[in-house]
Amino acid sequence: MVTLIVDNKEIETQEGSTLLQACLDNGIYIPNLCYLSGIEDPPGSCRLCFVEIEGYDQPRTSCRVRVQQGMVVRTNTEHVRRLQKTAFELLLSTHHVDCRNCPANKKCELQRIAKFLHFGLKLKRLEPLERDIEVEHEHPFLEYIPTRCVLCGKCVFVCRKRNGQPMLSFAKRGFDTVISFFGEKDKAVDVCKECYACAEICPVGALLVKDSPNIPNP
Amino acid sequence: MNLSAETEEKVMFDDIASMLRTFEEKRENLMPILQEIQEKYRYLAPPALEMVAKRLGLSSCDVYGVATFYNQFRFNPPGKHQIKVCLGTACHVRGGDIILENFERKLEIQAGQTTPDREFSIDRVACVGCCALAPVAIVDDTVYGHMAPSKVEGVILGFEIEKERKEREKQDSESQE
Repeated sequence: MVTLIVDNKEIETQEGSTLLQACLDNGIYIPNLCYLSGIEDPPGSCRLCFVEIEGYDQPRTSCRVRVQQGMVVRTNTEHVRRLQKTAFELLLSTHHVDCRNCPANKKCELQRIAKFLHFGLKLKRLEPLERDIEVEHEHPFLEYIPTRCVLCGKCVFVCRKRNGQPMLSFAKRGFDTVISFFGEKDKAVDVCKECYACAEICPVGALLVKDSPNIPNP
Repeated sequence: MNLSAETEEKVMFDDIASMLRTFEEKRENLMPILQEIQEKYRYLAPPALEMVAKRLGLSSCDVYGVATFYNQFRFNPPGKHQIKVCLGTACHVRGGDIILENFERKLEIQAGQTTPDREFSIDRVACVGCCALAPVAIVDDTVYGHMAPSKVEGVILGFEIEKERKEREKQDSESQE
């Protein structure tokens, strides 16, 4: 076991665990979107789980840091909050905010983070930059709504873990990046019919089981 | 799609199948294979991507993800006339995106796509090396400098008239025989 100090509180955790996991296990919430417990190599792509660690000049993404004996960590400094708010604001600026008509309403990870950071879901500083991508209707059992997607990659990870070869994956690049179900329609019929792991893990209601309510322009 | 295009595709897929047999089932062969197909046929047809995935034991969407990441691959057969609109810095400043938009609207396709009759395809390119002529469009091998939205129609019309003239000549020679 390893002991470390987070926000002046001593916590114990298993050796080799990530700092983010250790904090979450001990009831200390750090905003995060792309981290999944059990993920060997966290992508660290959502840029929300920043913390300040004694001995480092700059805040670090806690999902990419392994715990060390005697680590002293602060999760709520001004610097950390500023980074988190900016990252969150950028995510929101491409997110189609329409909570009332969204099936993820009240269980959406974005709402949770907004509440935690005391940050409204309405943009103040940035202009909204919605991506002009059509809703994916090709999959026999799933719907993908790119304007809601935060590209956390959790769906790709769980699909790969459960089915060996993923049925979905990132496609394109940069601002045009989407989740794609390209190919293997026949395989999807067998595999996806009983899985739905991707729709369950989606933190923002961007992947839905077909025929569920609130799918825009079916 | 007409019949000849269909047989053409069949020949292409047969050829790709035999080409794939020369590669070992290793993930690192993915890029060389995609590049070879692109080099030879100028585009990656979706069924070809699935064939590649099967050969390498990867999932199709993984192959698609890699292929769509790179600008060097296209997914539609190039048109008979390839329109390239420059969006390099100089052309961008002089409104290259407006030229692109005009071509897109006129032909009713997006950049990277081909018209259903396979006559025209549009691509965006980054600098063709004649920035003094900005904004620039290149159609086949002809450089059109100082492009203006009003000139777009004329360029397309020129090709359409040329096509009609050739067809008429063909008909005339056939009727003479």
